[in-house]
Amino acid sequence: MKILLIVIPVVSLIFALVNGRISEMSAGILDKSGEAVELVISLCGIMCFWCGIMRVAERAGLMEKLAKLLKPIVNFLFKSTKNNAKATALITANLAANILGLGNASTPLGITAMRELSNGSDSASDDMILLAVMNTASLQIIPTTAAALRAANGVSKPLDILPCVWIVSVYAAAIAIISAKVMGKLSRKRDRNE
Amino acid sequence: MNSFTDYIIPLLTVGVLVYAAIKRVDVFDAFCDGAAEGLKTCVDILPALVLLLVCIGMFRASGAVETLTAFLKPICAAVGFPSEAMTLVILRPFSGSGAMAVYNEIAASTGADSFAERVAAVLIGSSETTFYTIAVYFSAVKVKKTRYAVPAALTADLTAWIVCGAVVFMFFGG
Repeated sequence: MKILLIVIPVVSLIFALVNGRISEMSAGILDKSGEAVELVISLCGIMCFWCGIMRVAERAGLMEKLAKLLKPIVNFLFKSTKNNAKATALITANLAANILGLGNASTPLGITAMRELSNGSDSASDDMILLAVMNTASLQIIPTTAAALRAANGVSKPLDILPCVWIVSVYAAAIAIISAKVMGKLSRKRDRNE
Repeated sequence: MNSFTDYIIPLLTVGVLVYAAIKRVDVFDAFCDGAAEGLKTCVDILPALVLLLVCIGMFRASGAVETLTAFLKPICAAVGFPSEAMTLVILRPFSGSGAMAVYNEIAASTGADSFAERVAAVLIGSSETTFYTIAVYFSAVKVKKTRYAVPAALTADLTAWIVCGAVVFMFFGG
């Protein structure tokens, strides 16, 4: 991440100079700072709402029940969640919200799950990376955005691409999980050798 | 179209509240407690997110995506992948709204139900704005070393287009 924070701006500056887009880049920097605030504000309400509802569910004992439901799968993929029912439940809820296409609910749940997985270290754990990476693969059953875009462009059957979307989504999610697992193993091996 | 998913959030909300009330949980107290933590998380996220989104924005504005696409055109031609959709493959991890704009361009220029239009729609439907997601998730835990998170996510994104082209070709023909 530290390297990326230097490399991306430098590479961008070079491309902007070559492409003659320095004024766009200047505007882009200012726009994005504002956009970050807008993103957090738009997230703030639903974040409060879902964290509130999840706390109610937790005190009512619903989180343990939810955790039990997908426990074998979540514990298999996320090694550090074995003795952490809250993290298991939050990850389950996050993935379920993704699959159902409830983007507004999945982000707050995912963020809360990330904080539950954190031990305060400034280095990401394998489980944190796996959760983030699984969230970058779009696992939803009905691709609502794509369908809406197609309908707006005069496609008569916007959902005829469903099987294709499913195959590509499952492929991308599988590759994301496998590469996270393999890269995790490689990085541990490297650490041991040093 | 979404009649089923429209039920989930209202039913879940009412269900949790009623169940908690039956279990004699102090619902108001618990909700406010959780919501306060949600608010704190949001405030914690913002500083790191500003820096990360500015980096993403700089890259997007620099025209690097367009340069890369032009560079990759010969490869697209060789494997029969619509070169219009290659812009989308490169842009998608950085910008959700940018990806939608590119989709609209493709649909307008090649027509509804064309090979390129279907490939573009499948790409949008089966991927996320990867860098945004990673920025938001890791800002929340104040992690500085994301280790292999970006390479792992991009391995999936940057190989999915081959599968996408092949699958659309299999189902609909070129």
